[in-house]
Amino acid sequence: MTTLAIPLPKRPAHPTGVLAWLTTIDHKKIGILYGVTAFVLFITGGLEALYMRFQLAQPGQDFVSPEVFNQLFTMHATTMIFLGVMPLGAAFFNFVIPLQIGARDVAFPRLNAFSYWTFLAGAILLKLSWFLGGAPNAGWFGYAPITGSDFNPGHGIDYWAVSLQVLGIASLAAAFNFIVTIVNMRAPGMSLMRMPLFTWMTLVTSFLLVLAFPVITVALIELMFDRFFGMNFFSIGAGANPLLWQHLFWIFGHPEVYILILPAMGIVSEIIPTFSRKPLFGYPVVVLSGVIIGFMGWMVWSHHMFTVGLGPVANSVFALTTMAIAVPTGVKIFNWIGTMWNGSIDLRTPMLFAIGFVFLFIIGGLSGVMHSSAASDAQQQDTYFIVAHIHYVLFGGSIMAIAAGAYYWFPKMTGRLMDERMGKLNFWLVFMGMNISFFPMHFLGLDGMPRRIHSYDSAMGWDLWNLVSSAGAVVLAAGILVTIINMVRSAKQGEKAGADPWDGRTLEWSIPSPPPEYNFEQIPTVHGKDAFWMQKRQRVSTVPVAGASGDSHDIHLPQPSYWPLIASIGLLIGAYGLVYSATWTGIIVGAVGLATTVVSVYAWSFEPVNEPVEGAAGH
Amino acid sequence: MAHAEAAAHGGEHEETSTGLNHRKLLMWAFLGSDCMFFGSLIATYVVYFGRSKVGPFPEDVFSIPTTSVSTFVLLMSSMSMVLAYAALNRGSIKGFRIWIASTAIMGMTFLAFQVFEFTDFANHEVHLDCVEIRTNEAAIEELTDYEKTFVDECVEGVDEFEEQHGLTPRTNLFGTTFFTLTGFHGAHVTLGVIWLLSLLFFSFTRGGVTPARSLDVDLAALYWHFVDVVWIVIFTVVYLFGVFPGI
Ligand SMILES: [Cu+2]
Repeated sequence: MTTLAIPLPKRPAHPTGVLAWLTTIDHKKIGILYGVTAFVLFITGGLEALYMRFQLAQPGQDFVSPEVFNQLFTMHATTMIFLGVMPLGAAFFNFVIPLQIGARDVAFPRLNAFSYWTFLAGAILLKLSWFLGGAPNAGWFGYAPITGSDFNPGHGIDYWAVSLQVLGIASLAAAFNFIVTIVNMRAPGMSLMRMPLFTWMTLVTSFLLVLAFPVITVALIELMFDRFFGMNFFSIGAGANPLLWQHLFWIFGHPEVYILILPAMGIVSEIIPTFSRKPLFGYPVVVLSGVIIGFMGWMVWSHHMFTVGLGPVANSVFALTTMAIAVPTGVKIFNWIGTMWNGSIDLRTPMLFAIGFVFLFIIGGLSGVMHSSAASDAQQQDTYFIVAHIHYVLFGGSIMAIAAGAYYWFPKMTGRLMDERMGKLNFWLVFMGMNISFFPMHFLGLDGMPRRIHSYDSAMGWDLWNLVSSAGAVVLAAGILVTIINMVRSAKQGEKAGADPWDGRTLEWSIPSPPPEYNFEQIPTVHGKDAFWMQKRQRVSTVPVAGASGDSHDIHLPQPSYWPLIASIGLLIGAYGLVYSATWTGIIVGAVGLATTVVSVYAWSFEPVNEPVEGAAGH
Repeated sequence: MAHAEAAAHGGEHEETSTGLNHRKLLMWAFLGSDCMFFGSLIATYVVYFGRSKVGPFPEDVFSIPTTSVSTFVLLMSSMSMVLAYAALNRGSIKGFRIWIASTAIMGMTFLAFQVFEFTDFANHEVHLDCVEIRTNEAAIEELTDYEKTFVDECVEGVDEFEEQHGLTPRTNLFGTTFFTLTGFHGAHVTLGVIWLLSLLFFSFTRGGVTPARSLDVDLAALYWHFVDVVWIVIFTVVYLFGVFPGI
C-alpha cells in the first residue's frame, strides 16, 4: 500500500466515550445516531408548526409577522420531510436491515458513517439560516421565480438550496449502500421472495432515492447558478419557463412521497403479522404492490400541477395514472386487514400505532383520490384541504408507522422494553391530537381557506375550526412529550426485554438485545419466509444459540475511522462558503472546506479496513 | 470474514448473494443515478431549445468539424481503455501503462478542445461581408438568423462589419443551458482523467495495480465508457440537432 506523507492522528482502535460515537462505523450505532438526531430535528419542526398554530388560533392575530410566518411554513415542511421523516426511516434502515438479512454490517460501513455525518451537516446548515439573516421563505417546493435573487434577496434561499444539496449527497450515499447491502449481503437461502417486507420496501425506497435525487440536484443547481452567477434558467425576461422548475421538482417530489411512505408500509407489514400471530396475508402481492407503487410513482407528478394550464389531455392522463396508483395502495390495505382477520391480536403499543397507521392512511388515501380528479382538484388546490391530506398521509401515515417501529425495535436497540401504560397514553394522545388538529382542516379547505396565509378575518367564518385545530396541536404536542419521557425513562429503567420480546418472525429477534457488535456469531441459513419463526416452530437448527458456540474473537470487524466525519465537516464548511460565494471570504472558506473533503476522501480510500498491527497508524 | 472487509480490500473473491462484487454493484447504481442527472440537464436544454430571445444561437457558434474531431478522440479513448484493461488481465503491466496513459492523454485532448471551444464561443464575432451582401441578393439567405439582424449595419461606405457578440452562460437561455450541460460533462471527464492518472501512478508502486486487483481498473473503465456514451448523446442532441434542426 501507499505511504501517506501527512502525519495522521492515531487511528482509534478501540475508542470509548464520545470518540467511539464520532468514529463509529457500526450500523447499529449509526442507526441510533440517525434516530436521536432526527427525533430532535423532528421536534424543532414541531415547534415551528406550533408557532403557526398559535398565530392562526384566532383571527387577526399578530403573534408572528407575515415574513416570519413564511419562514415558518417553509422550514416546518423542509424540516419534517428532509430532517424528520427521511432520516427517521434511515435510522431503521441502518439498525434493522443488516440484522434482518443476517449480515454483520452494511456493504460500505465507512460510507454509511459519512452518510450520517453529511446528513447532520445539511441539517445544521439549514437550521443555521434562522440565526444568520433569516430562514428560507418560499415554501418547501421553492417555486420559481419567487426564489430568484430579484424577488428573494438575502441568503435564506441560498441556505435552503445548498443544504438540500448536502442532504442529497447524504441520501444518495445511503441509498447506494443499502442497494448493495440488500442485493449482495443476504444470508444463504434468503432469496428475494423470502426477504422480510421491511427489507423489500427499503430496497424499493433506495432505488427511488437513487433515481429521484439527481433530478432535484439538477433543479437546485439551476437555481443556484441563477442566483450565484446570474444565469437565466428561471429568468422570465430571457424567455425561461417557470414551469421547468415545477416539472423537475415534482418529478423528484412525487417519488419522494413514496420515499416517505414505503418504509412506513414496510414497518407496518412487519408489526401486523407479529402481533396477529399470523404470517403476512398475501406476501407476494404485498411485495408486488410495493414495487408497482415504486414504478408508478414516476407517472403521476403533474397531479401537483393540474391548475397551471397543461391542457385537458395532460390533466386527464395524470388524473388517470393518479387514480390507478391508488389500486396497489388499496391492495396493501386489504392485505393488512386480511392479516389481522382471525388472528389472535395482541394490542400492545406497536400494534396500536400500526392499526392507527392503517386507519389514518385510509383517510389520507381517500382525500388523495378526491384531488386526483383534475376538475375537483381545481377547487382544492392551495387550500387547507391539501394540508389536511398531506398530514393524514405523512403524519397519520409515516409518523404513526415510525412510532410503531420505534416501540417495536426499541427493545432490540436498548435491551429494554418501553413502558406499556405510557405507550398507550402516548398513542391515544397522538391519535386524538392528530385528528383534532388535522381533520378540521378538511372543512377549512372546502370553505376556501387558502394555505400559507398569515392571518384571516373573522368574517370568513373560519374561527371555530382554526381554534379546534390549534387545540389539537397542543394535544399532539403533549403526546410527543410523553414519547420523549417514555423513551428516556425506559432506556434507563425499562423492563429487560430479552432477545425476542414479541415472539418475532424475522432474524433480528434471533440474537441478543442489544445485539453484539458482530450481530451474528455464525451467519444463519434461511429456509423460508419468516426465517426465525420457522426456526422456532419447526426446530430447524439454523442459528446456533447465541453464546453457545463459536469464538467471537475470530470475527474481524472493520475498525472505526476519523475520515468519514472529517469529510463531512469539510462539506459543512464548503457548503457554508458556497452560500456566500459572491464574496472572497465565501470563496476562500468554500475552497478550504472542499479541500478538506478531498483530502479526507483520499486518505479514506487508502486507509485499510483493518490495521494489520493493532494501533499502527498510516502505513 | 466480514463482507465489508473483503469489499474495501477490493478482493474479487468475496462471496455475495449475486456473485457480483460490492463495488461493481455500487458503480452500476451510481451510473444509473448519473443517468438521471444528465437526463435532467439534457431535458432542460431541449425544453429551452429555440426559446432564447437574443443571439448568438447554436448555428452561429458551433463548428461541427472541430467537435467531430474531439468526439472521435474521446471515442478512441474508450477503445484504448479496453486495451489497458486487457493488457492488465494478460499480466502485461507495461502494456497497461501505455494504454492507460494514452487514454488519459486522449481525455485531456478532449478537455483541451472543450476549453478552446468555450473561449472561442465567449469571443464570438459577428462578421459580415457588406460588399457581397450589397451586390448579391442570395448572400443574405446564406446568413444565420442572428447575422441577419446585423444586415442594417452595412450602411454606405462600410465594406466589412465586425463586432464581438460572445456567448457566455449569462447571454441567453442557450448559453445558460449549453455551458451548464457541457460543463458538467467536462467535470466528469476531468474526474475520470484524475482517476486514470492515479491508476497510472499506482502502477509504479508495489502491488498498486496488479492483475489480481484488476477490479480497480474495471471500475474506472466502466465510468469512462459511461462518460463517453453521455457525450455521444450530447453531441447528437446539442450539436447535430442544433445545427441541422431538420434531421
Ligand atoms: Cu404527488
